[in-house]
Amino acid sequence: MLTVDLRHRLGAFTLDVRFQSEGRLTALFGRSGSGKTSIVNLVAGLTRPDEGVIAVDGATLVDTRNRIFVPKHRRRVGYVFQEGRLFPHLSVRRNLLYGRWFSSVREKRIAVDQVVELLGLGHLLARGPASLSGGEKQRVAIGRALLSDPRLLLMDEPLASLDELRKAEILPYIERLRDEMGIPVLYVSHAIAEVTRLATTVVLLSEGRVLAVGAPADVLSGSEMVPIVGAGEAGTLLEARVAALDATFGLSTLQTQAGKLIVPRVAAGIGSTMRVFIRASDVMLSQSRPDGISALNVLAGRIVDLAEESRTVVDATLDCGGQRLLARITRKSAIALKLAPDTPIFAIIKSVALEQGERR
Amino acid sequence: MLGLTEEELTAVRLSLRVALWATAASLPFGVLVALLLARGRFWGKTLLNGVVHLPLILPPVVTGYVLLLLFGRKGPIGAFLAEQFDIVFAFRWTGAALACAVMGFPLMVRAMRLSIEAVDQRLEQAAGTLGAHPAWVFLTITLPLAVPGIIAGMILSFAKAMGEFGATITFVSNIPGETQTLPSAIYTFTQVPGGDAGALRLTLISVVVSMGALLVSELMARQAERRLAAT
Repeated sequence: MLTVDLRHRLGAFTLDVRFQSEGRLTALFGRSGSGKTSIVNLVAGLTRPDEGVIAVDGATLVDTRNRIFVPKHRRRVGYVFQEGRLFPHLSVRRNLLYGRWFSSVREKRIAVDQVVELLGLGHLLARGPASLSGGEKQRVAIGRALLSDPRLLLMDEPLASLDELRKAEILPYIERLRDEMGIPVLYVSHAIAEVTRLATTVVLLSEGRVLAVGAPADVLSGSEMVPIVGAGEAGTLLEARVAALDATFGLSTLQTQAGKLIVPRVAAGIGSTMRVFIRASDVMLSQSRPDGISALNVLAGRIVDLAEESRTVVDATLDCGGQRLLARITRKSAIALKLAPDTPIFAIIKSVALEQGERR
Repeated sequence: MLGLTEEELTAVRLSLRVALWATAASLPFGVLVALLLARGRFWGKTLLNGVVHLPLILPPVVTGYVLLLLFGRKGPIGAFLAEQFDIVFAFRWTGAALACAVMGFPLMVRAMRLSIEAVDQRLEQAAGTLGAHPAWVFLTITLPLAVPGIIAGMILSFAKAMGEFGATITFVSNIPGETQTLPSAIYTFTQVPGGDAGALRLTLISVVVSMGALLVSELMARQAERRLAAT
C-alpha cells in the first residue's frame, strides 16, 4: 500500500495531492507540468516536502508533523530515471550490482540471475554504458533499481526518450516486472497508450491536484480526462476478451461489454483478455444501423449525456449494453440528428482506431 | 650525469623530495576543500575560497613571512607542533615542503574543483536512491569521474613546488643540503662569480622536469577520458 498526502510549493507551482494505491502498477497520469515528477522526487527523497506524509507498506518515509524524513539512501525506493543515469565509469555488470553493496545480506530477495534473465541483459554485462542503445540503457537502469532490493519502484517516463520501436521492445519487460517481481511500481507517464497497457491503478493529475484515482477503465474513460488529454485524445477504455480469430482476413474478434469489436489480428490467443482504447473523435454516430459502409464495428446504444465543449464540438456519452462510450461530434451534427438524452443511437468505430494494450 | 656537481645534485634531489611531499601531503586537503567549494553550501564559503586563493595573489615573500610568523619556532602553531609532536618546520626541508604546498594549493584546488563541478549531480542522486551514503557516493561516483582533474591538480601543485622560490627562501632560508631547492640553488649561482654554468645546468633540469610533469598530466588525463568514453 502506497500512501501519499503532500503539500509542497515550488515557486509559483503548488502541489496538493492525496491518494492511496494498492495497485501493482500505479500510473501518475497527466500533462507535463501537472506535478507527476515532483511527486516521484518527493517519494524518492530527492526533495523534502513542506508538509505531508509518505508511507510504503506501513513504513513511514516522510511525516512532517512527526518530524520524520528518511534520507534517500535509506528509503529502499528504486528510481528509474527518464534518462537512465547509468554510471559511465562502470560496466553494465557493476552498474547492476551497485545498489547491492548497500542492501544488507538478508534483504536480498531478488537474485541477480533472475533480473538478468527477466530483462534480457546477459549479453550486455561486460559492456560499458556508452556502447548501449537507448532501450538497452533503460533496461539496465531498471535492473539496477530492482537489484537494490527496493520496496517500491519509481519509474519517471522511462520510455519518453525512446522511439516507438524501442518502446515496443521495453514494454513487455515492464509488464513482466509488474507481474512477476512483487514490487509495487509508481509509474509516471503522459502517454495514454502506455498507461492503458501497464496500469492497474491510475492517478489523474492536473496542475498539482488529483482529479481522480481508480481503475484504468474508470479513470481513463471519465469526463475528467477531456481537459487533460485535449480534444481528440479523450476516449473510452474497454476490457476485452479475444473471442475469435479470422485467418483469411487477418482479423480478431474481441468481446466487450459494449458488444463485439473486429480489429486487426492481435498476438494474444483466444480467451485472453486485453484492453482497448477508443478515442472519442474516432466514434461516429448514426440514427439508424448503417448499411453499406466500410467500418466493421457498429455498437448499439443510447445517449446518456451531451456536453457542449465549444460552439462547434459536442461530447456525447453513450450507454452501450451498460458500458459507457465517449463520442466527439460536431454541434451541427448533434442538432441535425436531434440528439437528446435517451435517444437510441448507433456508434460506428473504425477498426484501425483501436489502441491495443495486451494483458496477461 | 650532465656533469652535475655534488652540490647541484643535492639541490635537485632535495627539490624532488620537497615537491613530492608537498603534493602528497596537500592532496587530501586539496580534495576536501575542492569538494567543499564545489558542492558545499555553508556560511563562509566565499571566505574559504578567498583564503585558499590568497597565496596566488599575495607576494610570495609575504606568504613566506606569514608562514614564519605562524610556523616558526616561536610562532603559535610552530611552537605547538614542536612541543607536542616534535615536528619542526623552521629552517628544515619540511618547512620548504610546507611553503611549496601552500603556494601550490590554490592551483591544486582550482583544477580539482572544476572537475568535481563537472560531475553530473544527477548521477550522484541516482547513487543515493540505490542506497549509497553520501560519503560512498563521493568515493564511488564523484571521485572516479573527477580523476582527470585531480591528476591535473596534483601535477600543477608538483610543478609549482619545483619552482617555488620566494616563500621558501623567506620561510626556511637557503641552507645547502637542507632547504636549498633548485630555484634557490640557481639564485645562489647567479650571485657568485663563475656560477653561470651551474645556473644554466639547473635551469635546463628545471625546464625538463616541468615539461615532463605537464606531459605526464596531459597523458593521464587523456587516458582517463578515453576510459570514460569507451565504457
